[in-house]
Amino acid sequence: MHIRYTDALIIGGGLAGLRSAIATSERGLDTIVLSLVPVKRSHSSAAQGGMQASLGNSIMGEGDNEDIHFSDTVKGSDWGCDQEVARMFVQTAPKAIRELAAWGVPWNRVVKGERAVVINAKHTTITEKEEAHGLINARDFGGTKKWRTCYTADATGHTMLYAVTNEAMKRGVVIEDKKEAISLIMKDGQCFGAIVRDLKKGGLSAYVAKGTMIATGGYGRIYKQSTNATICKGTGHAIALEAGAYLGNMEAIQFHPTPMVPSGILLTEGCRGDGGVLRDKDGYRFMPDYEPEKKDLASRDVVSRRMLEHIKKGKGVKSSYGDHLWLDISILGREHIEKNLRDVQDISMTFNGIDPADKDENGWMPVLPMQHYSMGGIRTTPKGQSVNIKGLFSCGEAACWDMHGFNRLGGNSVSETVVAGMIVGNYFADFCEETGIAIDTKMVQDELGKQDEYILGILACDGNEKIFDIKDKMRNIMQDKVGIFRNGKDLEEAVEELKILLQKTKNITVANKCRLLNPELEEAYKVPMMLKVALCVAKGARDRTESRGAHFREDYLKRDDENWLNRTISYWKNKDDLEPALKYEELDIMKMEIPPAFRGYGRKGFILENPLSQKRQEEVDKIIENHKSDRGSLQEKLMPYELQAEYKIKNQRLGDEDE
Amino acid sequence: MSREITITALKYNPSDCNSKPTFVDYKLQEEPGMTLYIALTKIKATVDHDLSSDFVCRAGICGACGMIINGKPKLACKTLTSDFKDGKIELLPLPTFPLIKDLSVDTGSWMKNMSIRVNSWIVTNEKTDISKLEKRIEPEVADEVFELDRCIECGLCVAGCSTAIMRKDFVGAVGLNRVARFSIDPHDERTDEDFYELIGDDEGIFGCMSLLACEDYCPKNLPLQSKIAYMRRKMIKV
Repeated sequence: MHIRYTDALIIGGGLAGLRSAIATSERGLDTIVLSLVPVKRSHSSAAQGGMQASLGNSIMGEGDNEDIHFSDTVKGSDWGCDQEVARMFVQTAPKAIRELAAWGVPWNRVVKGERAVVINAKHTTITEKEEAHGLINARDFGGTKKWRTCYTADATGHTMLYAVTNEAMKRGVVIEDKKEAISLIMKDGQCFGAIVRDLKKGGLSAYVAKGTMIATGGYGRIYKQSTNATICKGTGHAIALEAGAYLGNMEAIQFHPTPMVPSGILLTEGCRGDGGVLRDKDGYRFMPDYEPEKKDLASRDVVSRRMLEHIKKGKGVKSSYGDHLWLDISILGREHIEKNLRDVQDISMTFNGIDPADKDENGWMPVLPMQHYSMGGIRTTPKGQSVNIKGLFSCGEAACWDMHGFNRLGGNSVSETVVAGMIVGNYFADFCEETGIAIDTKMVQDELGKQDEYILGILACDGNEKIFDIKDKMRNIMQDKVGIFRNGKDLEEAVEELKILLQKTKNITVANKCRLLNPELEEAYKVPMMLKVALCVAKGARDRTESRGAHFREDYLKRDDENWLNRTISYWKNKDDLEPALKYEELDIMKMEIPPAFRGYGRKGFILENPLSQKRQEEVDKIIENHKSDRGSLQEKLMPYELQAEYKIKNQRLGDEDE
Repeated sequence: MSREITITALKYNPSDCNSKPTFVDYKLQEEPGMTLYIALTKIKATVDHDLSSDFVCRAGICGACGMIINGKPKLACKTLTSDFKDGKIELLPLPTFPLIKDLSVDTGSWMKNMSIRVNSWIVTNEKTDISKLEKRIEPEVADEVFELDRCIECGLCVAGCSTAIMRKDFVGAVGLNRVARFSIDPHDERTDEDFYELIGDDEGIFGCMSLLACEDYCPKNLPLQSKIAYMRRKMIKV
C-alpha cells in the first residue's frame, strides 16, 4: 500500500490550484499539486479574451474603480452572488494583475496618443493619455460599464497559466501530472486527503494531507456541446459529493454566445468587445433591436437567449448542423485581427476555412450559443472552506464561492482563479498550519482497499449495458432538456432519464480486464460520477421555478425575489441513492450593499419584487447620505467584509496623490 | 456521399509484457470538417474502447495532442482528415518522449525538466508592491515578449529535432526560445553571462545543428530560426 504524507494537497493544476500552491509553499508548507494533464495544458490555458481588473489606465476605463466592478459583477450575477465575496474579489483583482505582471505576463500596454477603435460598429479615434503610456491596457467586454478586461491578444489564459506555473516551479512546488483523485479520505466529517489513481501506471495510492483543496474547474462535458476541454468532467465535484459535501447552484450553467459551429470551439467575447457584431441570415445586425443599451455586449446569458429568440423568428442561417448566426469581426480590419485576435483567426481558418479578416460576408464566422461555464460548484464559505466538511477547500470554477451567482461576466473567471488562489490559498495555508493529521494509517488503508475493490468490481461486472452509450445519452439529455430554455416537463423527464442511466452504470461490461492504462475502465468509473453531477444540475433546475441569470424557465418567466432569492444546495444522502437531495440557503437582502433591482439589460418588467429590496435601498441611501468620512469606513457601514490586510489595502491608480 | 477513410494507428502498451507494437487499421466514414480529434474520439467510442491518445482542448491551444501524422509531427486536433487526398492516415506517437501507451506520450516530464534546466521564470531581486501602480513597459517590448511567450510546449519542435534524438538532455528549440523570451523581458534581471551558465553548452545553444525542422513544424509559427540565431550570437560574445 502506497501512502504519501503532505501538508497541503491540491487537486487540480489550473490557475486556481497553482496560485493556491504558491500561497501554501510561501508559508513553507509541503505542497503537492495533482493534475490530470501536464499543468500547462489545463483548461485555464484556453481562456482567450482577458482578465477583469479595475485599473482604469486606458482612457475608456478612466474613472473605473472597485465600486463599479462590484456593481457590474452583482448585476451580472442577477443578484445571485454573495456580495461580500464579490467585494473581496474586486478589491484584490488589481493586485492580482500587478503580481502577474511582475511574474512576466506580457500584458498589452497603453500607447499614448491617438488610436483607431471600433465602437458600436463605427470607426472612431480615441486618445490615450501621455501619463498612461506603458501601463496595462484593457478592452471592452460584455456587461461592464468600463473597458476593464486586460489581455495578451486572445491568449490571456495561456500567458497567465505559464507565468503562474513557472512561479510554482521556481518555488519548488511538487507538481505531479497524470494523477486523478478518485475519492476523498474522510474521518468524522473531516477530509484528510485523497485516494489517487496514477494515469501513467494505473496503480492507486493514498495522499494524506492536513488540508485538501479541489480546484478542478468546471463540469461542462456533461453536455453534448461545450466549449470546455475534454478533461472538464466534474469528477472533482463528484468526489466531494460522494464524501458528503454540499454543492451550490449546480443548475447555474453559462451558455456562451459565440462558440463556432460545428466544432464548439470558443471564439472569445473579445471579438465583440473589440467591436465585432452578430448578424443574421440577411446580414442584419439584430442585437440593438433587442438590447438598445448594451447591444452586442449585454451579459452572456442575455445575448445567448436573444440569439436563440432571433433564430426562432426564422432569422437563423440554415446549415447541415442546424441553424446558426454570424459573428462579424471583418470590420475591425486585418491589422487588428492579426495582432489582437490571432488565435480566433487561426481557429476559424483551421476548422472552418474562413479568414475572419476577409471583407464582409466572406469573413463571417458561424456561431451558436453552447455550454461554457459552471457557476455552480463546491459550496464554500468566503474563506474557501466547504460549508460542511472541515479540511476541504475549493476555489476557481470548481467552487461556488460565490461571486458569479447565476451569471458570470466575461473576464471575471480567469480573474477569479488567481484572486481566489491568493485569498483562499492563504486561508487554506492558515488551516494547514493550524491542523494536524489526525487519522491513523489503518483508516487510510481501509479507504485505499475500498477503492481498490470498487475498481475490481467494475472489471468483474458482467452486464449488458455499454458505458459509452450511457455517456452519449446523458450528454444528449443535458443538451436537449437542461439547456438555455428550460421547462418543467423536460426537466422532469431529464431527471428521470438520468436516474435510469445511473442505475444502468451498475450493469455494464468492460471488455478489457486490465487494471492499468485502460481507457474503457476510466470511462466506467467516470461516467457514474458525471451522472451524479448532471443530476444535481437537472434536479436543481427542475425545482427552481423562476428565471434568474442563465437559468431560464419558459414556464416561470420572472425572476422571483420573493421566493427564490436563495442558493440551491445539492448533496448525496446515501451512497446508493439515484438522485441528490436539495435544500436552500437564503440570501439576506438586508445585508446587501446593492439590493435587488433591474440589471440595466435583458427583459424589462420580469421581476417579482421583494418588498425588502426597496426597504434596504432606502437604508443604503440614508447611510451614504449621512456618511461624512472616508470610503473605507463607509464600507464598514454598508457591508463589512473580511479580507487579508495585504489584499484589503487601497489600490493605487493613475493620478492618485501618493503616486 | 462521404468517403471512407482509413486511419492506421500504432498500438502498444509498454507496461504490459504481453503487448507487442502493432499497427491497427480503422475504417470510418468521413464527416464534413472532421479533425483527427473527432475521428479518434469516434473510433474510441465505437470500435476500439482501448485506444489511448492525449486530447485536451481540441482547439490547438493546449499543445497536448502532438503525433507523427503521415511522417510529420503535427497537432492532431488541428489536422483535418480532408487534407489527405488518398484518405489514408498513419499515426505514430511522438518520438523523443517516453511512450505511455499507443498515441499517448509523456511530454509533461520532459517539459518540466527543460523548464527547471533553463530556469524558466522571472529572476529578480526587486520586490513588487502589488498595491502600487505597475511598472511601465514599452508597448512594443511587451508585444515582443508576448510573441515568444506564445509557445505551447507541444513538443513538435523536439520530435522533429535531430539533436534532440542524439542528445537526451538537449533543451530543444522550446528551451532556447524560452531563454530568448526571458532575456528580453524587462522584469528579468539576468545578464547574458547568467544565461550562458544555463545554455552555453552542447546541450544548449551550441547543440543546435541548424536543421530547423523546429521552425517548419511549430504550430504557433514562432520565429525559432531567428531566435536561436539571436541567442547564439549573444552567447558567443560572452
